[in-house]
Amino acid sequence: MRIAPTFNVALRALRRNKLRSVLTALGIIIGVGAVIAMVGIGNGAKAQVEAQIASLGQNVILIFSGSTTSSGIRTGWGGAGTLKIEDAEAIRREVPGVIGVSEEVVSTTQVAAGNQNWFTRIYGESADYFDIRQWPLADGAPFTAQDVRSANKVCVIGRTTATQIYGNENPIGQILRIKNVPFTITGVLTPKGLSPQGVDQDDIVVMPYTSAMKRVIGGATLRNINVQIGDPGQIAAAQQQIISLLRQRHNIRPGRDDDFTVRTQQEIAEAATATSRVMTVLLGAIAGVSLLVGGIGIMNIMLVSVTERTREIGVRMAVGAHGIDILTQFLIEAVTLSSVGGVIGIICGIGASKVLSAYANWPTLISISSVAIAFLFSAAVGIFFGFYPARKAAALDPIEALRYE
Amino acid sequence: MNNGALVRLVDVHKVYRTGEMEVPAVRGVSLEIKRGEFVALMGASGSGKSTLMNILGCLDRPTTGHYILDGADVSGLDRDELADIRNRKIGFVFQNFNLLPRTSARENVELPLVYSAQRLTNADLREKADRVLASVGLAGREDHHPSQLSGGQQQRVAIARALINQPEVLLADEPTGNLDSRTSVEVMAIFQQLNERGITVIMVTHEQDIAAYAKRNVMMRDGVILNDHLVSQRSDAVSQLRQEHASALQPTK
Repeated sequence: MRIAPTFNVALRALRRNKLRSVLTALGIIIGVGAVIAMVGIGNGAKAQVEAQIASLGQNVILIFSGSTTSSGIRTGWGGAGTLKIEDAEAIRREVPGVIGVSEEVVSTTQVAAGNQNWFTRIYGESADYFDIRQWPLADGAPFTAQDVRSANKVCVIGRTTATQIYGNENPIGQILRIKNVPFTITGVLTPKGLSPQGVDQDDIVVMPYTSAMKRVIGGATLRNINVQIGDPGQIAAAQQQIISLLRQRHNIRPGRDDDFTVRTQQEIAEAATATSRVMTVLLGAIAGVSLLVGGIGIMNIMLVSVTERTREIGVRMAVGAHGIDILTQFLIEAVTLSSVGGVIGIICGIGASKVLSAYANWPTLISISSVAIAFLFSAAVGIFFGFYPARKAAALDPIEALRYE
Repeated sequence: MNNGALVRLVDVHKVYRTGEMEVPAVRGVSLEIKRGEFVALMGASGSGKSTLMNILGCLDRPTTGHYILDGADVSGLDRDELADIRNRKIGFVFQNFNLLPRTSARENVELPLVYSAQRLTNADLREKADRVLASVGLAGREDHHPSQLSGGQQQRVAIARALINQPEVLLADEPTGNLDSRTSVEVMAIFQQLNERGITVIMVTHEQDIAAYAKRNVMMRDGVILNDHLVSQRSDAVSQLRQEHASALQPTK
């Protein structure tokens, strides 16, 4: 075999048919580009979901108040107000392994300070909240268990809220009026950035849930309870105990449905990553089909090319080309088309991902491994779809080939 | 054993099988061609001359019999070994030129070197190709594509391609079949000049006047040699061209 000259011959042949070569490679460019972009989108979504799950905190169990049906209108989770403060205290007291509990109420309202005002979300929580969410303060101090017990008028604010109301001023120690109730700001949370849904997680005011219920939101029930377990091995047992404890406390007879929902962080993570994994596979598969179509395009063009160049093959054989030289030449042509297409496709795919990230605000994640796999796969497509036409060319009889019209 | 024979065919048969039928194309040909000969292989279509040409060109193998080329029996060689023999010892010239389209004259001429055992640098390849092109009168046309050349020029590119590996024998299959009479004479002039320089030429033709440029004519019919004789009144292509040139210079009356 004479690889180097055969390589030249193959490249010259491709150059002789520039437009055809470009169009054939385009099939692979689109295929590989689509695979890269689609898998990038899928992986980006997955990474974001994972980050979001992690931001819930470590070893967390979430208990949501049940939905209720009133005059045929179902309210959704948290709507029924079935969770009471006493439920949270019972969990804190009776479920083994619990290291933190945060009673949560949520509302949105207008807040004001001086001549500035801002519409933001109010979270009522216990003092454990910052540990459970693993959300340290950037500045100042969190409110204390004592503040919660006394329903003190103190709060902690997120970075966005701080900037919107106080600009460059230090908000700590300042008074924030919420529904005309003056709250003292004790600290500013570290920025968490946007949630996957595009919600600014730093646009927030966190205060003791007691203060929120008594002074801002009203009502006597919790939207949900966040529970943190010390040992990950105890989570499943704790989940069961919480369920039976709450059923007992809510007097639910056996056979009736729970009026609350208990989810572990694990379950949420699994459901969410399963969804994004299915999405990645689905997107990748659809893109893979276009790569397959590109491969068939290569095979088609190579078959046409072999037929069209039958006389050329005959001449090459007459002047001394072995079958393997002809085979190699056509295989190199096919693999060059597919791998050059693959490289351009990778560049286009990365470009498309960046455009999607920038303009559609979709997170994308291109891994080295997906790029390497896409490239190897495109080269393999060339070998696979190029082999049959190349073998056909190599098997030609030189006499027949020379006579071919 | 005749040591002077470059080509020796010993009772060569070639039978084609089409389904159940066996069609004999060559039926017992023995032939010797010495180094430096210029042989025209003649015959009507179906006479077996093309089949014999394919065997002589190592494109095909005899069904039975032996073909000794340059002292070595090549009748039992496989595809790749035959390809190497073609590359080293045989130069082909075809009726329809068989140049690669959209490829420069130089690259066409370089083609056999691509498949040759000797490794040349690109500069050497180029220099060698240009020298052979110049020897067939195509200096300055190295970068022309076949479509930019006349039929005669294309055939000269093909001859240059056949010569580049310094073959033992030049095989031409109806080399003037696609050319007008004047261009045919030009091609014959090249063949005669090459022959004078010692290259053995074997040419298939069915035209009597083209065969007259050879030194020896071998007539075939029905797969056997009908007669084999030296050409008594040989045409001289070079002097014909010179006369034509001279008469063209005469003022017309």
